[in-house]
Parts: sequence; C-alpha cells; structure tokens
Amino acid sequence: MSRVLGSAPAPLLRRILLQGRYEALTMLRNGEQLILAVVLPLLALVGLTVTPLLDGLGGTRVDVAVPGILALCAMSTAFTGQGISTGFDRRYGVLRFLSTTPLGRTGLIAGKILAVLAVLVLQVVVVGAVAFVLGWKPTTAGWLPALVLLVLGAAAFTALGLLVAGTVRPEATLAITNLLWILLGALGGIVLPAERLPGPARELVHFLPSGALGEALRDAFLAGTFNGGATLILLLWTAIAGAAAIRWFKWN
Amino acid sequence: MRSPDSPVLSIKGLIKDVGPLASLDGKMLRVVSGVSLAAEPGQVTALLGANGAGKTTTIECAQGLQRRSGGTVTLLGQDPDTAGASLRSRVGVMLQDGGLPPSARPIPLLKHIAGMYRNPWPVDELIGRLGIDTFSRTTVRRLSGGQRQRLALAAALVGNPEVLFLDEPSAGLDPQSRQLVFELISELRDAGMGIILTTHLMDDAQRLADYVYIIDAGRNVAEGTVAQLLMRNLSTDAAQEHVRTLLFEARPGLDFTGVLPAAVDVRETRAGSYAATGALTPEDLAALTAWWAAQGIMPGSMSLEARSLEDVFLDISGREIR
Repeated sequence: MSRVLGSAPAPLLRRILLQGRYEALTMLRNGEQLILAVVLPLLALVGLTVTPLLDGLGGTRVDVAVPGILALCAMSTAFTGQGISTGFDRRYGVLRFLSTTPLGRTGLIAGKILAVLAVLVLQVVVVGAVAFVLGWKPTTAGWLPALVLLVLGAAAFTALGLLVAGTVRPEATLAITNLLWILLGALGGIVLPAERLPGPARELVHFLPSGALGEALRDAFLAGTFNGGATLILLLWTAIAGAAAIRWFKWN
Repeated sequence: MRSPDSPVLSIKGLIKDVGPLASLDGKMLRVVSGVSLAAEPGQVTALLGANGAGKTTTIECAQGLQRRSGGTVTLLGQDPDTAGASLRSRVGVMLQDGGLPPSARPIPLLKHIAGMYRNPWPVDELIGRLGIDTFSRTTVRRLSGGQRQRLALAAALVGNPEVLFLDEPSAGLDPQSRQLVFELISELRDAGMGIILTTHLMDDAQRLADYVYIIDAGRNVAEGTVAQLLMRNLSTDAAQEHVRTLLFEARPGLDFTGVLPAAVDVRETRAGSYAATGALTPEDLAALTAWWAAQGIMPGSMSLEARSLEDVFLDISGREIR
C-alpha cells in the first residue's frame, strides 16, 4: 500500500459547524421530532386564536399567543428533542465514538447547541409566518430582547435536556422529557400566562424556566419591555443545570 | 515488557478504580491493577483476555475515554487525558458496540466524519475496499452484524490514522467479511500503522498478532510472540516437547494395540473418529500409515495439531468459569 499515514484535525470552527449541520438535518428528518417542533406548536397557535382562552389579557388573541408558542418551540427543540436524541446517542455509543474523533466532547456539545439554534431559527420563521397570516402585530422594539431571550431559553432547556439524557436510561429520558413538555406546556406558564392558571401554579411558574421564558417573551412582544427578573431566573436555570450536567453526565 | 525504540503506545503500571460501589459497602473496585504494555508501529499488538479481564478498560484509558487512577499512558508521545484534537486526528478507534447512529446511512455518515480531518482517506476508495458500496443505501439499524462491523472499521480508518484501536473486530463477521477485514488489517500493518487489538478470540490473535499480552484479573500474566507463547513451559519439559494430537476418521471399531507406543493415548471419540495424543515421533506416524496400508484403510480425513493459543491461555488463566 502506498498510503501516507497520519492526519491533522480540520479547523475547530469547521468541525463544530459540520456537527451542527449534521445534527440539525438529523432532527429535521425525524418525523416525531418534526411533529413536536413544528406541528404541535402550530396546532396550539391556531387553537389559541379560535378559542377565548386568552381573551382579556391586554392584546388580541394572536398577539398574546405567539410569544408563548415561540417559547414552546424552544422547549420542544432544546429540551425534549435534543434530550431524546442525546439519550439514544449515548445508548448506541455514538457519543463515545465521536469523542474519539477530532470533534471531541466539547465540539460535540457545541455542535448540539448549534443544531438547536438552527432548528429554532426555522421554527421562528415558520411560526412567525403563520402568525402574521393570523394577524400578529408584534411591537417592533420587542424583537431584540425576544431573540436574546429565546437563545437564553434554548440554553437553559438544552442544559436541562442534556442533564436528563446524560444521567438516566434513554427510555426514561423519552418519558421524562415528553411528560414535562406536556405538563410545562399546559401548566408551566409557557403558553397560558400565570394569571390563567389555577391558584398554587400561579405563583410557582414564575420560578420555572417555562414560566420565565413565556412571561419575558410576552413582555417583549406585547409591550417592548425587557423583563430582568425572568431573565435572571433563566440565567440561574442555565447555570445550575449546566453545572449539574457537567458534573453528572455519563458518556456511556 | 518489550521496550521498543519509539512505541506508538506505552502503558506503565496502569491502575483503574471504579466506584464507590454500593455492592462493596461503598468501597472502590480495582478493575485494572498495574497493566503495562507497549505497541510498535507496523505491528499488530493483541491484548488477550477473558471477558471482564480489564482489556477494554485498559484500552479506554489509552483512548482518553476513561480517566486512569494511576500509572502512565503515552500515546504517540502525548498523554491522552490532556491531549487535544491533534492527537485524536492521528488515532482511529473501532468500538465494540460500533458507536454509529442507527438512523444514519453509511456514505453520508463516513463523509461527515471525514470532514473532521484535514487529510482523510477518500471515502469512495474506503467504501470500495471494505465492500460497503453493496449496502450504502441501508440505514445502520438495518445492517447485519458483519456489515455494521465493516462500517465501524471504515469510520475508524477514514481519518487515515497512525494508530488504530480494534475492539473485538471479528464479532459477527461472516467468513468472507472476516477474510476481507483481516487482509486490510495486514496491509495497514505493512504500511506502518500501529494496530492494537483487544480480543477474547484466540484465533484472531493467532492469525493477526505480532505480539500478544495476556491480561487476567486486571494484571499482565504472560506476553510474547504467538510462537513464544505456544512454546511456553514446553521447553522446560523435554517429554512434552513433541506433544501433538493426530485426528483422523476411518471405519469404526479399529484396534490400534501394538501399532503405536503405549504412551500414546488413542481414543475413538465417536464412531469412526479417532484422536491419538502424545509425544508422537516421525517413526510413529510411519508405523501408523504402514499399518493403514497393510489393512487397506484410507482415512476420510486426518490432521495433526499442536497446542493452540487457547490451550496456553487456559493453562495460564485457569479453566474455571468465573
């Protein structure tokens, strides 16, 4: 054989971009993930605009609904979607194999975060387009804080998803992340604002990542304001879940 | 331990503790206690041991997949625990469970992994070499065990590594795939690649390995070339030096009394199958075949077997199931 052995790694940025693209395409090709990421949020959006659930909250139905739906999208992709795929990648040894390539563990995590952000951009475009058709009129000043908050929310939910995926069996990850998606989606202050929830939940949801993200996005798009308290809650969840994931994540 | 001039991998006094384990009252369990080995470029170095002997743990400490508790590991001159992407780009790893995503298709997956390297092995050439082109449109979850193993080997090789780790490479391979994989491994060895093979299959080690380390209960118990290991303990006992087993098939119920020396143990293991074990000499073989000629017996088959690596392994590590 006339091969010259030995290689060098591709540049770090190229490795992360490749992994991000690969993971994003894998997520988009997966039917169940697509239902969770796009179909269910759109159904919820249409449902909230044709029912009186959000009436009397200081805006049209669609204006109150869209920020919560975008927050739901972030939870779908970053927490449930990424959690499940990482859980099964761990089971099949994919994480171990990829961490022996030049990508490494850090590159792998960076690629996953990039994939979440890429899918989130697509979700914002699709949900936004449908919302405009339904008559959505967001406050222009709200876009910048909203996009920053969406990224922060995605970070908090990715950290939580990786924490679950890295510590329990993939079947349990599947059950936990789907159940929490339903519970937090319905009662976590994400789609339905706190004032529409039953008594004890009303106070609690302010401290959940779901409630904090939903509330902060509504403040941004409805009033153009930046909710510092909710942002602090999201930062805390990101830091705590991220540290816990780093501490307890098992690669095999 | 061998001390080659420039080993690709050198492990000295490796210790790995796991735990604390509830089953041991919260104590740590030492799964590797002082393994040492060296692997040279252009050679296949085999780690041989029963399941649970500590082979995979040893190798994973070398790959940087597990942190060692003690000892030193040097892979291509670097410590795998602290090395970065440049070391990983020079090392190929084929994991026992493959490590391939079930929903992936072979070619896009290999191209994706190839993108992580600056000078990868051309994917088209690699898939042709390993016969992956015949199942390139099938997802990983639908591949047979042998196809999956070949794809895992391709994934380990696509970075064009200087060092290749193979964990039980022939598991699930059909005879044709096994031949293909073994030929490729031999070629890569001849091209200068340092190959580290972990296996519990003596046959793989016997066919591929230039040097063998036998690991048992987390320790080195024997090492040498296959030939050295086969001769182990034999040279000290002259009477054992020519112990062979002659297996042959002929018509049932033959009586060999007086044909072979009394010290040679002849048994009819089942009707028409005979095994003669002992210090057989050329004269013994001549006497036996002369007797067959006189009796008009033509054996249906016959073979002469030396001690196998498996016998050596069992002698060293004991025959009890653990």
